[in-house]
Amino acid sequence: MVLHEPDHFEPPLNFFAALGRRILLACRNTGRGTVILLQAIWALRFMLSRRNRREVLMQLFVTGIKSLGVLTVVAMFTGMILALQTGLELRRYGQEVNIGTLVCTSMVREMGPFMTALVIAASVGSAIAAQLATMTVSEEIAALEVMSIDPVRFLVMPRLAALLIMMPMLTVYTNILGVVGGAIVGWTQLDVPMSAYFDNAIQYVRNKDLYVGLFKAAVFGAIIAGVACQQGFQATEGAVGVGIATRRSVVISFLTILAVGYMITRLFYA
Amino acid sequence: MNDLPAIRFERVVKYLGGRRVLDRVDFEVHRGEIFVIVGSSGSGKSVTLRHMVRLLTPDEGEVWVGDECVSRARGAQLARIRDRFGVLFQGAALLQWMTVYDNVALPLREKTSLTEEDIEQRVMGQLRLLGLEDAVDKYPADLSGGMQKRVALARAVILNPAIILYDEPTSGLDPVTSRRIDDLILSMSRRYGLTSVVVTHDLHSALAIGDRIALIHQGRILEINTPAQFLRSENEVVRAFLDAQYITRRGAWETEVDSETRPNS
Ligand SMILES: Nc1ncnc2c1ncn2[C@@H]1O[C@H](COP(=O)(O)OP(=O)(O)O)[C@@H](O)[C@H]1O
Ligand SMILES: [Mg+2]
Repeated sequence: MVLHEPDHFEPPLNFFAALGRRILLACRNTGRGTVILLQAIWALRFMLSRRNRREVLMQLFVTGIKSLGVLTVVAMFTGMILALQTGLELRRYGQEVNIGTLVCTSMVREMGPFMTALVIAASVGSAIAAQLATMTVSEEIAALEVMSIDPVRFLVMPRLAALLIMMPMLTVYTNILGVVGGAIVGWTQLDVPMSAYFDNAIQYVRNKDLYVGLFKAAVFGAIIAGVACQQGFQATEGAVGVGIATRRSVVISFLTILAVGYMITRLFYA
Repeated sequence: MNDLPAIRFERVVKYLGGRRVLDRVDFEVHRGEIFVIVGSSGSGKSVTLRHMVRLLTPDEGEVWVGDECVSRARGAQLARIRDRFGVLFQGAALLQWMTVYDNVALPLREKTSLTEEDIEQRVMGQLRLLGLEDAVDKYPADLSGGMQKRVALARAVILNPAIILYDEPTSGLDPVTSRRIDDLILSMSRRYGLTSVVVTHDLHSALAIGDRIALIHQGRILEINTPAQFLRSENEVVRAFLDAQYITRRGAWETEVDSETRPNS
């Protein structure tokens, strides 16, 4: 069951009561989100079954295509900024040819997954939260539960599958565009020849960087799905509730992505 | 076993938003009858209905469906109890990204192993019965409120439930469409011998279709009676409710214009 009995709390007595309640609620919601996510992961085994195939394909399409435009711009500029700001510094030591390595490793390890996740959380994640919240407040989720159609398998699993598959692919796309963006800046602003830049870029990036980056991307995808769905199912109070769920889903995914991204880097590189 | 009531509420108390929304609600719905719950908005009608399929759980008391306690059921048992119900939600609750056909076919696709041909046959049969064959490929957003409710009704009955719950089936509809929905509820219940629970604030349809009518007021059931006795009730709240909808003791339905132009009758 993804729907819960509505909460009611007496107004808090003082600041500490209010704070304590917020912390408890945050813990409870994290727990609920985790449960939904685990159930959805378990439901992934039905991903290719006849019933779910169409919806999974639909979500893959929506997730992959919807944000490609924004992602292109974000990726290019991320690479360009990285190249420009490290390049100007390196030029003082005559080392500007090394921006290739710098841009490439930062993109592959950190910036690629991170920027992709932010864009996807803001576009796809918010759309998921808004859609599920609308369904919740218009009793569509209740209707599914009464028909004993599991909303997790029916709604969450296809979205999770799409995010798990598309996030790494979009991250590769972001990485490539970022490196190209860096190359353009290097060539036009810092007089680094294209060939030198790319040689330098590919030479020092390790396979491990790529794997860790893609792993991160998949984890971020799961976070976006879990947070957006949990917030969507929790919506109350009509149209206002849909707005609240959408905003919260974006904010909470951003924060979680930052924290988890740090921990993964820590785990693999420290 | 067959003389068991279809649904039984035993002193159900429910708190929502810090208020006692249901206050020791006690009633039985008999098999095969149309049981109508009337009350003004906010009186607890939807909350009562939601307890029957355990979308809400009582804080005190129990809800029984046949010989099973739905308010304590979980997992497979709950699914089995819910399978006996078809629910028509207040806003129809159709999935917006699916066509009418897919919405009605959904329970069959998800819960049976019928082939697409069998599914098509049943869905088209049901849609024809409800006069919806022209809407097959439309999306819910392109339909009028009355049509959406009919589609939702088709979806609710496609798996042949024993009990149908209707949450305000006629609210927001014009009088002509409302009477059509009333007729549908009647014919559905007669055709399949279904038990129906109808929640409404429209007394006209309550009197037209109900075998028994219950009035709920501020979370308490004040009166349960047949339509004829309900009209003659001496209970103040019932009288106020009847008067508000221009219904006299004799059951004559006065229109607003009538009662204004007629000299004190
Ligand atoms: N989720 C909820 N949270 C808080 N209060 C609720 C909730 N659902 C219903 N209520 C309250 O319960 C009362 C009865 O609601 P409901 O059964 O929906 O009324 P109606 O008879 O119009 O269907 C209302 O006063 C409403 O404020
Ligand atoms: Mg209601």
